[in-house]
Amino acid sequence: MYDISMHKAQPVQYMERTRLYYEAQGFERAYQWAQHDEVPFTPLNKPLKESRVAIVTTGARYDRLLTDPRFVDSGDISELPSHLFARDLAWDKEATHLNDLGSYLPVRVLQKLAADGHIHSVTPRFHCLPTEYSQRRTRETDAPEILERCQEDRADLALLVPL
Amino acid sequence: MVLGSATDIIEHCGVPRFYFVDFPLGNPCGKPYDLEMQRNIVGAALDLLETASRPRTVVKDPNNWGSDEWRQRYMEIKPEDRERMLQQGEERRRKRQHLREIGHTRQD
Repeated sequence: MYDISMHKAQPVQYMERTRLYYEAQGFERAYQWAQHDEVPFTPLNKPLKESRVAIVTTGARYDRLLTDPRFVDSGDISELPSHLFARDLAWDKEATHLNDLGSYLPVRVLQKLAADGHIHSVTPRFHCLPTEYSQRRTRETDAPEILERCQEDRADLALLVPL
Repeated sequence: MVLGSATDIIEHCGVPRFYFVDFPLGNPCGKPYDLEMQRNIVGAALDLLETASRPRTVVKDPNNWGSDEWRQRYMEIKPEDRERMLQQGEERRRKRQHLREIGHTRQD
């Protein structure tokens, strides 16, 4: 009998694709992906249903291609935009689109989950993390800034949703 | 906790918890306008916060995009594209150089 499970689609190897793509564009230095030998882990200090959740996205509330240099930005969840800007980022612009905010910035779904008692609440702001070639900038400038904003909002958990 | 679609990159990086949605990059929370799917995916991702007990925990979401053509096509390089891609690369390098020259880069 033909076993269809043997031919299940495999996840795309994005690092290899990216390496070949930059090479074809004539870049001499390969992209350096962040890599951590030690990965932190903190167990929840309260049940999920009592936790306040913050959302972090790599999308932006403005067009980064027009406004470099980039910076950490936060939006108010009570004034959600119809979509985020992300034409500067690598995502599959042929297979899909970003017209439905909920497909990449899950504020409304989290609000529903809060209403149903799955989580306690959503923080009043979501945060936009600029992607950077400089890992140092992400690690030493942007990530601490995001952490501070999450703490200001008394978040218990952060959900990072990269595009 | 990361909810995303580029599993090779995120596993290479190493994160505490990763809920993997095997969709084209751009819609890690579910297909556009499919509220039920989005709710299931985000709910399952949150549940991982309670169930994971060690770093680098990865759980794969069971949903399917519905087709697989995108897997081959993403960043595909065809022989006839090579000349154009080199020109695009040149243009990107020129733009970056220009931004550096006018000081339009981050200083921190």
